[in-house]
Amino acid sequence: MSAKKETLGKTILIVVAVCLACSIVVSGSAVGLRSLQQTNAALDRQSNILAAAGLLGEAKTKQEIADIYEAKVEERFVDLETGAYVENPAKGTGKAYDMYGRVSKAADTSVAVDGSPAGFSRRAKVASVFHIKGESGNVERLVLPVHGSGLWDLMYGFLALDSDGKTIRELIYYQHKETPGLGGEIQNPDWQEQWDGKKLFENGDVAIEVRKGGTEGDQYAVDALSGATLTSNGVENTLQYWAGKDGYGTYLSKQSWKS
Amino acid sequence: MADTKEMKKALLGPILDSNPIALHVLGICSALAITTKLETALVMSLALTAVCAFSNLFISLIRNQIPSSVRIIIQMTIIASLVIVVDQILKAYSYEISKQLSVFVGLIITNCIVMGRAEAYAMKSPPGMSFLDGLGNGLGYSFILIVIGTIKELFGFGTILGFEILPLVTNGGWYQGNGLLILPFSSFFLIGGMIWFIRTIRPEQVEPKE
Repeated sequence: MSAKKETLGKTILIVVAVCLACSIVVSGSAVGLRSLQQTNAALDRQSNILAAAGLLGEAKTKQEIADIYEAKVEERFVDLETGAYVENPAKGTGKAYDMYGRVSKAADTSVAVDGSPAGFSRRAKVASVFHIKGESGNVERLVLPVHGSGLWDLMYGFLALDSDGKTIRELIYYQHKETPGLGGEIQNPDWQEQWDGKKLFENGDVAIEVRKGGTEGDQYAVDALSGATLTSNGVENTLQYWAGKDGYGTYLSKQSWKS
Repeated sequence: MADTKEMKKALLGPILDSNPIALHVLGICSALAITTKLETALVMSLALTAVCAFSNLFISLIRNQIPSSVRIIIQMTIIASLVIVVDQILKAYSYEISKQLSVFVGLIITNCIVMGRAEAYAMKSPPGMSFLDGLGNGLGYSFILIVIGTIKELFGFGTILGFEILPLVTNGGWYQGNGLLILPFSSFFLIGGMIWFIRTIRPEQVEPKE
């Protein structure tokens, strides 16, 4: 430890040099690997949509997933206020429409969310929905993207409904930051199974609940996760919002996928 | 450059003689959390070994320039950068596993083994030896993780790397999976058992009675 390297100027110089070198390495790796990561993320999204559609089964390889997705899934776009199908808002840009991207913030493509505990302040006007087509081209299931606040951060998932627009088939979360082992159990297959057959609406009102115990045989309630009350509440708020009039409610009551 | 014997000691010593987990009892948190399946344990071992080796190398390269008043933060900066790079590579080439490892890759930054070796060894030793020392300590950590991961996956799920070895009752076989081994804290027993085993064959590691 010579006295020479303890001068203030040298210390600052070394710190700046180290930071500069490290930031170049970090940003270089982030930029260099971005396209591969985006491919992975897109594939992950497709496999989650297939999982929500109940079609994933044994499909493992990238090619299998892409093939099934291509054959069975059709992405449509819904204006949530009117519940009617609209053109792809990202048409002509060459990019996929991302309802969670910039459009969910910009003033002309999004609306403010007031008075909902779902945990986000704005949402895009137009949502992506996924038609899962059967053999004869009819819509067998609807996969609706949903998101809402959990304990730590927003949780993103897909809600799969029967073609009646009322019966839940799957609720698959694919991105969240909940505590592993507690709130993270929203990805546990045993818990996910409970959603199959539950009803979203009772006499036209959103009725689905997540509550502790006593849910056996109740078609409007799912048992909450133990040790994860705030996550469970978050799931309930998410569904209440997205099934309601501000979410997919209008679209689901119009049932325009049947025509 | 040091002689071959010394290099061998730096590289292989940490596996049994001065194992970072078994002797120094460092890095326990990640050893508990990600050893339920062998595959995650392997990837985590690889990630930690890479970070530990390269952080030792880079820190040793600039050890004579690092002002001692800010040395810890400089070590942290280098380690953190390496961890981010590893995380990015995992996300690009093995997305599924990077999702399973989730926070634990990021937490390599706070893994005491990496910091410990940087401060205790790389700050005083030439780059080549520091690299070997980092590699060796990574291997020592990997050794424990792989043994525990194998035991937990084999007796907890009846599989190794996803291949069925002991057919489970639930899949129509005869083996009843051990539910305890699926839970993270069962590593406490296993690590305890391994420390006992290592100290039995290396009695010099036993601490003297106070």
